[in-house]
Amino acid sequence: MSYRKYPIFFITVLLHTIALGQEDTEEQNVFYDFSAELSTDHTYYIEEGLYTNQQRYFASIAFEPEFSMDWNDGNERLVGNLFGRLNTHDENRTHWDIRELYYQLLQNNWELSIGLKEIYWGTTESIHLVNVINQTDFVESFDGEKKLGQPMVHFTYLANFGNFDLFAMPYHRQRTFPDEEGRFRFPLVIEDNDIIYESGAEEYRLDWAVRWSHSFGVFDVGVSHFWGNNREPLFTIDNVGKLRQFYEVMHQTGIDGQATINSWLLKLEATRRETTSDTFIAFDAGFEYTFGNVNGKGLDIGVLTEYLYDDRGNRTTTGFQNDLFFGSRIALNDNEDTSILLGGIVDLENSGKLYSIEAERRFFNNWKANLEVRALSDFDQTELFYAFRQDTFIKLTLGYFF
Amino acid sequence: MNTIMKAIPTICLIIGAITISFAQNKGEQIVEAYDEAYTGWENYTSTSVMTLTNQHGQESQRKLKGKNLEQLEDGDKSMIIFQTPNDVKGTAVLTFTHKEGPDDQWLYLPSIKRVKRIASNNKSGPFVGSEFAYEDLSSQEIEKYTYDYVKSDEFNGNSCEVVLRDPVDPKSGYKYMHVWYNPSKNYRIEKIVFYDRKGSKFKTLLYKKYGLFKEKYYYPGILEMTNHQSSKKTTIEFTNYTFDAGLTDTDFNQARLKNAR
Repeated sequence: MSYRKYPIFFITVLLHTIALGQEDTEEQNVFYDFSAELSTDHTYYIEEGLYTNQQRYFASIAFEPEFSMDWNDGNERLVGNLFGRLNTHDENRTHWDIRELYYQLLQNNWELSIGLKEIYWGTTESIHLVNVINQTDFVESFDGEKKLGQPMVHFTYLANFGNFDLFAMPYHRQRTFPDEEGRFRFPLVIEDNDIIYESGAEEYRLDWAVRWSHSFGVFDVGVSHFWGNNREPLFTIDNVGKLRQFYEVMHQTGIDGQATINSWLLKLEATRRETTSDTFIAFDAGFEYTFGNVNGKGLDIGVLTEYLYDDRGNRTTTGFQNDLFFGSRIALNDNEDTSILLGGIVDLENSGKLYSIEAERRFFNNWKANLEVRALSDFDQTELFYAFRQDTFIKLTLGYFF
Repeated sequence: MNTIMKAIPTICLIIGAITISFAQNKGEQIVEAYDEAYTGWENYTSTSVMTLTNQHGQESQRKLKGKNLEQLEDGDKSMIIFQTPNDVKGTAVLTFTHKEGPDDQWLYLPSIKRVKRIASNNKSGPFVGSEFAYEDLSSQEIEKYTYDYVKSDEFNGNSCEVVLRDPVDPKSGYKYMHVWYNPSKNYRIEKIVFYDRKGSKFKTLLYKKYGLFKEKYYYPGILEMTNHQSSKKTTIEFTNYTFDAGLTDTDFNQARLKNAR
């Protein structure tokens, strides 16, 4: 498992901090909270895999418990969120992770967190360029929205002129990738071992990030800078023919913003990334417009369009260098919170198209069903997704929440 | 004689105008008295259970926590945190009400730790599948309506003043509503009848089991909304109010959505 190199000192520091925090809390109320999700998912690929041993049908079960406790009038908290999955075939998807486990001190105008956390930055829907604090749990999510827990010390200062965040991150997590039986892989399977780092400190390099974010009038803006091990690997084939992950050190400056004007949301994310091998800019700009309560019973229909640009052109590692995303978000606002997100990304230079459906609905109070469809079509040899051109899938998830 | 005859319509017009302006003033006076009575509460937290009943009598529940902060210069600030249903636990909505123009609203999605600014002008839509629209639950700033006095009316043994409220925002789901104010209880609201855009009777909201806080503020123990058109019902039962909860502006910072509890 990927945790064998986990820095044990970090957990020790965490437990020590908690012990210190508890000494003077004897007379105070401590509140505990626990919840969990147990789920099963079933994924069916409509075509045979392109490569040897790739499977068509995968089933799995996952368990995700969460707990929190707070004391000192809610000003001190301990939060934990664990995750584990057992998967048929692809052994790399059978994995566990500490999504979050941190101690937090909340003061009137500042906050301090120590431990593993998940941080989200950004405004756009189709891709998430500025969101670089956490490593992506790629075997969990095609869209990159599931993240691995990131060890950090996180300080936030709340001022009248915006919020300032400072992150110090002492450990780099490697991205998860499918094994030989899994889909969404290249002809060669990506090695989990023998990771190459540009930094001499390798995964123990101390990474830094800062962010300023503010809301004023109709605007919400964020400016961030990240300096550290790239979360996105490059790949090299070594002299014995193995496909190995290579993580460079990067500087990335990001801007994210949204203007909310009546039913219009105007969105922008832009980044400039500098590494030894490349310097490039990328952006995602677009809008979302919602036709609210169109039937008088709560039906909202949103339309979304975003333009995706990456000046690396066909060398892009996201697959979107000059693409147009269009989509529709349909929310019934009913008792079951039924919602559907339909989307498509069309390459404006090449022929590739990516379509998706994500739908969800609660039932019997504690159950939830999710449907996810991702369809790939017409990708040509110059495009990144060409390697995945037969990986169109349908996935059904049933979850019980308690 | 002739001049007097000619003057009668003018006199009638003047008397009519005086009557109308007097009626408007009375409606506004009542609402201003209400607004005055509900000034100075400062801040409070609440816990509540929302029960949705459909036309077949089937029930489902949501447990909510609320945080409210009074603002004198502009509209109030509020945060609603979902405790159930379990799949949306931790979801939170932050609202900065404005006396004029659309409110500012942010939604926190705990599954991906994302804070999203959302459009607030879709106020006629239902709040989480209930019979309450977003506009029913937002802070009722005096500037959001125009007012006309309707009549005096006995309601549940209280002599109430009925005022017609006409929403300023054309996106409101209502043409108007009738509001029963109770002058003997510091102008607290006893009942609201909502009329839809076509002018048909739409919903009735009853305020029940009032409690008195900080010696002068009446807050309801139960809100009961009945939809006459769909026969569905939603009740919100407040299980706790804590006034002077020590809330400040920073408790309503977007960053605090992530650790709201």
